[in-house]
Amino acid sequence: MFELLGVPPQVLLGQLLLGLINGSFYAVLSLGLAVIFGLLNIINFAHGALYMAGAFVAWMLLNYLGIGYWPALIVAPLIVGVFGVVIERTMLSRLYHLDHLYGLLLTFGLALIIQGLFRNYYGISGLPYQIPAVLSGGQNLGFMFLPNYRAWVVVASVLVCFATWFAIEKTRLGAYLRAATENPTLVGAFGVNVPLMVMLTYGFGVALAGFAGVLAAPIYSVNPTMGEQLIIVVFAVVVIGGMGSIMGAIVTGYMLGIVEGLTRVFYPEGSAVVIFVIMAIVLMIKPEGLFGRTA
Amino acid sequence: MAMTDKTKGEATGMPTLHKIIFGVLLVALIALPFFVYPVFAMKVMCFALFAAAFNLLLGFGGLLSFGHAAYFGGASYVAAHAAKVWGLTPELAVLCGAAAAGLLGFVIGSLAIRRQGIYFAMVTLAFAQMVYFTALQADFTGGEDGIQGVPRGDLFGLFSLSDNLALYFFVLAVTFGGILLLYRIVHSPFGQVLKAIRENEPRAISLGYNVNRYKLIVFTLSATMAGVAGATKSQVFQLASLTDVHWSMSGEVVLMTLLGGMGTIFGPLVGAGIIVTMQNYLATFGAWVTIIQGVIFVIGVLMFREGIVGVLARWFKRPL
Amino acid sequence: MTKNLVISTAVFAAMTAAPALAQDISVKLGVLNDRSGVYADLSGEGSVVAARMAVEDFKAAENGMSVEIISADHQNKPDIGSNITRQWYDVDGVNAILDVPTSSVALAVADITAENNGVFLISGAGSTALTREQCRPTSVHWTYDTASLANGTGAALTNAGGKKWFFMTADYAFGHSLEENTSAVVKANGGEVVGQVNVPFPNQDFSSFLLQAQGSGADVIGLANAGGDTVNAIKQASEFGITQAGQKLAALLMFTNDVHALGVQTAQGLSLTEAFYWDQNDETRAWSDRFMEAHGAMPNMVQAGVYSSTMAYLAAVKELGSAEDGKAIVDKMKAMDIEDPLFGKVTVRADGRALHDMYLFEVKTPDESTGEWDLYKEISSISGEEAFLPMLEECDFSKK
Repeated sequence: MFELLGVPPQVLLGQLLLGLINGSFYAVLSLGLAVIFGLLNIINFAHGALYMAGAFVAWMLLNYLGIGYWPALIVAPLIVGVFGVVIERTMLSRLYHLDHLYGLLLTFGLALIIQGLFRNYYGISGLPYQIPAVLSGGQNLGFMFLPNYRAWVVVASVLVCFATWFAIEKTRLGAYLRAATENPTLVGAFGVNVPLMVMLTYGFGVALAGFAGVLAAPIYSVNPTMGEQLIIVVFAVVVIGGMGSIMGAIVTGYMLGIVEGLTRVFYPEGSAVVIFVIMAIVLMIKPEGLFGRTA
Repeated sequence: MAMTDKTKGEATGMPTLHKIIFGVLLVALIALPFFVYPVFAMKVMCFALFAAAFNLLLGFGGLLSFGHAAYFGGASYVAAHAAKVWGLTPELAVLCGAAAAGLLGFVIGSLAIRRQGIYFAMVTLAFAQMVYFTALQADFTGGEDGIQGVPRGDLFGLFSLSDNLALYFFVLAVTFGGILLLYRIVHSPFGQVLKAIRENEPRAISLGYNVNRYKLIVFTLSATMAGVAGATKSQVFQLASLTDVHWSMSGEVVLMTLLGGMGTIFGPLVGAGIIVTMQNYLATFGAWVTIIQGVIFVIGVLMFREGIVGVLARWFKRPL
Repeated sequence: MTKNLVISTAVFAAMTAAPALAQDISVKLGVLNDRSGVYADLSGEGSVVAARMAVEDFKAAENGMSVEIISADHQNKPDIGSNITRQWYDVDGVNAILDVPTSSVALAVADITAENNGVFLISGAGSTALTREQCRPTSVHWTYDTASLANGTGAALTNAGGKKWFFMTADYAFGHSLEENTSAVVKANGGEVVGQVNVPFPNQDFSSFLLQAQGSGADVIGLANAGGDTVNAIKQASEFGITQAGQKLAALLMFTNDVHALGVQTAQGLSLTEAFYWDQNDETRAWSDRFMEAHGAMPNMVQAGVYSSTMAYLAAVKELGSAEDGKAIVDKMKAMDIEDPLFGKVTVRADGRALHDMYLFEVKTPDESTGEWDLYKEISSISGEEAFLPMLEECDFSKK
């Protein structure tokens, strides 16, 4: 039986699968960032904090209202999305005429506030959230034991990513959206309510973050710092992919999850920095990113 | 009156008003350690220099780096190592730290300036994260314990800095000198070109300026001065730790500059003073410090984009 | 302003210079720990509550002492911690500093305390350096250190048949030293280390590392990490069916509050070493109930250690009649026979290491657990001499 650099293929296959699972989170998060960036030209630094908020909302729904995982998968992103709409209306909308960097700074401040509040009220140890009964247990695939819940994470993220891609690239609404990205004034002149569209886009983008948070809740402990560690990696994913296309954000997300997974086998110490190294290489060879359009 | 003042000031190098402010500031700083706790005052000064160095890049170069902790913290590690392991004197240790930060800034800067605006910010952040992981895992940095017990040493091998007051005047000389140097850079022909690039990059290009070279130089300069600040801080606290390379430090320096007023001379100093004081006195409130910082960020961006000194400058109709 | 300051310090100096009457020993204690970050739950306000209970139980007022407690958040940053410590000694007249989790901060505090002849009662930090490479005559390391955890868990599990070990090590100094300590113990007891993996720190997803551990065929997976990393690793080990398949997990550093956060459902069967557990005997139960009432959670060993070390410190101060000379107080503590309600018999060795029994616990199964805080069953106890590292020659302060 052949071995790759001393690693048997079963192990390799297992790590590929695990990488894909992590990539699912990267994909959903970078997709949300890409959607927001496309229309608002804002890098949403609060994305990680809102991902964390999604997990916490799921926890609160369960512990305060007795609402379980499945309804929470819909309700929690909605709540996060509404929160996003409020942020957009009351704060972000005042910054559109300014340098985009102000949007970054504002959302950075929001991230500090959201994270600080959760840390204050829920401590730092993390709160437990059980895997829904239907998805507990797992399958023995021969080369590894795959927990059912992890398989579900991949399925759910692929579904959501595909639906988003379809809505933006293939529907009438998506066409308006893309047009407004190019020239908001012109689209407004055609009678499309651009501010409303901007507002809903931001709400949808952060709802995606909230959705990823609910998906993550049963795997990781629900913890105020869970987003802080992820957001910077996702930023790097976004730089690598470039902001050119929705598909680009999705594909890069999955791809880098797999690359990271493989690094964990061959050189585990480097798995935290491998994405940043790739980013440096991409910047040297193709500064606009793998899927980016040249400015 | 204002006109003559201004023209006169430009002819001789520094406007009278700025001379007066720098003078008052110097006198106040010389008197300060007799009223407040010197270690605290030294911390404020180190951060003031850090913020001023950052402001050179953001306020005058128009480049938002979200990874300046890498140079600040990186230099503090190198300086601490130089003083503790190589046994260098404090001034040489600080120079080592600054040189390391400058080199790091040059390497990262040459990659980062390939992208603009928001991408630039993200790229610098990602590289700073690499520096953070290096500091966490490398052997000489001591992991999460950092480098502890750095000796305070003898200045030029002659004057002992173990006394808080003696050290204070060393730190005062370094940071004040650093801030004056930054002032010089901003008001030199080089600084004028920088402002031109910030205001209108295509025009600067069409005028024949090699924009990327200017950007790289200002990035390296800013990193070097941030390094001086970080290296000095490591001599004050006798340690170098992960705090100084963590990305929240990069956020803090943005906050200081924004709060004080980006693109002003004195803004970063004011911002650093306020933030460090706040952290010191609100330390007992735990997570509220983070929340308050976040609120200041939000309010600053929404309502006070000019910052405190920016508003003052508008009232007095003078650049400050 | 300055004049007033001069006068008041003069008065203060006159007061302290006067022969200490029984009524006027004033003591100021500073609890310095994490009140907002990763270690806030294991130390934080709980440690302040514990210190206050110690002052109450010591009946300080009846013993002619007035004790004041202040606290601050070091945010796990050594520079902030050392700034506060200096200010406490230089400006606020603090006599002793308590708790201080996070080794990097504790190492800084130990130095400053020695410079200022204060007293440093360490409970939260676990680095062995505090009584070895960086031992100081004014430090007392009360509760635990990484070597004692390694000795407890490593030896017990190896002797119980877990001969083959695989380490998942957080890739920084603390993780490496914990792994090194433990693997030495494993080998000394006839076990072997079949593999290890350095995991970046901090890390959320442990699945690939767990898979590698599973493939190694080890009996025991040693988790040389802490806090959120340990919690996530344990959670995911149960998700991937690793514990169910017969491999045992050994959490090399874990506290009661972490196990509580995980829940017995996930943490069941886990082995860990601690210096104290609330449900050990009548005295610990009575004290812990009072603590629960004041703080809303059961105490862990760090908080219990703050209480006990404060009691011992106050007893030493009372005998000396003054809280001014830190080294003298620590020497007194080293000379005393301490009978503590929570830790039993304690002796403070010449290098500042407090010796007391350590206990190996196993987390109960959901069937065995009768309540939210009914978490451990005791497996065995290890004497202080066995649990802690032997003293280094250069740290023997009785000869200096």
